[in-house]
Amino acid sequence: MGKVGIIGVGQSRFVRSFRGSIRELAFEAFSEAMQDAALSTKDINASIICSAPEYDKQRSPSAVLAEYFGLNPQPTCYVESLCSSGTTGIRLAYSLVQSGLHDVVLVAGFQKMSEITSAESQERMGRGADIQWEAPFGTMMPAYYALHAQAHMTRYGTTLYDLAQIRIKSAHYGAQNDKAMIRQTLTMDAFVNPESKFTNPIASPLRMGDCCANADGASCVIVANEEKAKAFSRKPIWILGLGSATASVNMAGRNDFSGLAAAVEAGKQAYHMARVEPKDIDVAEVHDCFTIAELMAYENLGFAKPGEGAALIRAKETYAEGIIPVNVDGGLLSKGHPIGATGGSQVRTIVLQLRGEAGAAQVEDASIGLVHNIGGVGIYANVMILGRE
Amino acid sequence: MGEKEIDNRFSRFGTVSFTSITKVNDFINYLEQGKIMGTRCKTCGERFFPPRADCCKSLDGNMEWLEVTGYGILQTFSTLYYAPAGFETDLPYTIAVVDFGSCKVFGQLDPAIDAKSLQIGMKLKIAVHKLNEKQLIYRFQEVQ
Ligand SMILES: [Zn+2]
Repeated sequence: MGKVGIIGVGQSRFVRSFRGSIRELAFEAFSEAMQDAALSTKDINASIICSAPEYDKQRSPSAVLAEYFGLNPQPTCYVESLCSSGTTGIRLAYSLVQSGLHDVVLVAGFQKMSEITSAESQERMGRGADIQWEAPFGTMMPAYYALHAQAHMTRYGTTLYDLAQIRIKSAHYGAQNDKAMIRQTLTMDAFVNPESKFTNPIASPLRMGDCCANADGASCVIVANEEKAKAFSRKPIWILGLGSATASVNMAGRNDFSGLAAAVEAGKQAYHMARVEPKDIDVAEVHDCFTIAELMAYENLGFAKPGEGAALIRAKETYAEGIIPVNVDGGLLSKGHPIGATGGSQVRTIVLQLRGEAGAAQVEDASIGLVHNIGGVGIYANVMILGRE
Repeated sequence: MGEKEIDNRFSRFGTVSFTSITKVNDFINYLEQGKIMGTRCKTCGERFFPPRADCCKSLDGNMEWLEVTGYGILQTFSTLYYAPAGFETDLPYTIAVVDFGSCKVFGQLDPAIDAKSLQIGMKLKIAVHKLNEKQLIYRFQEVQ
């Protein structure tokens, strides 16, 4: 079996409220990825469109985007796995290419969340969980992660201070990322000053500073077989490992709340396929929809032992100069989290890092990178390992 | 119930129910009787909460109802200060997962419990609560 490479990446700016329609939003990422790969539309054999349909007014947006991208009559389809839709799309693109069915597949993710109110979007997000048995109790996504934060704090002594350190790191790198929605740096004062909005309780123990914000945005990743990747690209980045797993939607079906079992399983699969270990990862993008999510990712991916994730951030080892740089593009916490676009944006960051094109946040000589993209509260988990070689 | 009537009893579950028709609609009648019921597969003995109509091990629907009783252990909890549409007037409220040994239950805490007194590992019991004339829910309560 040959290798599968990523030959083009693109991303729109992530913004609070995009002044345009979904096709125009997605086009920003599409055109950037096509120019990055120096391709024309005839070079694309198929497209996969990723979003979370509860935010879309357009039914079956894949056909609309394929037309707007100029990708008729090539086949297209729509995939979703909540917030991990983007990497699920790339996983399918990998299999379409590896099967020999297509040579070059384009994956575009988008979300325009600004068309509905924040309360509506929270309610819809809550419906990504169990609507029959949990939503009648008034659930929403921050509360699901809060259940895990409470368990982690009780079991391991993790503190709000540790979580705040993760947000401060995120803000540091968000300020350097011109595609991020939130670009101001933060100090611990924002998390101790009761006047600060970041200390507003959302779902205990999580506070506003622990939560990412809704955003409008789009991402695009172009995947090719080895022959085409080498022909089209001077610096193809190879997909070395793919892992994907699921876990119980209903919280009553879980044995442990101090981590995400699906992330552990997906990580194991990806490490095994790539034949690498956690210590081999030079730079990682993890799904920090909440600060606790990043902390659990450190442990679930093997960057720290269970319960020792807080020690990593306390020692600043997940900064660009540390042992394992994590989310040095600002992560979801600073970039914003346009559901369907998030996975592709994470992959773009790692591709730029491995090419040495990541700008101010470049990790020196990064050759192996990891992407951890979670759907819901660990209902779906995708882990992808990328490499220069 | 007449053949043409739709059995939408499950619309009575919780403050806002998104599901009205389910094969385990009898759950609502048990709530009216003050009972919180799971199901058990008569073929393989597996217990389910929330109740299921179908067993994914035995691949059949040969189920019996079984009450959730006794004391459970608090696994984790969160107090919400923002709520989805329809729950705004209930704020703040606390959700929790409680382990009853044979099954775990996700639900809301009795608002009479001071959230500051909560500790993972503490004992709680479960009871039916009437929200109004129509809507029913269950809540975790303090063990005296
Ligand atoms: Zn059975």
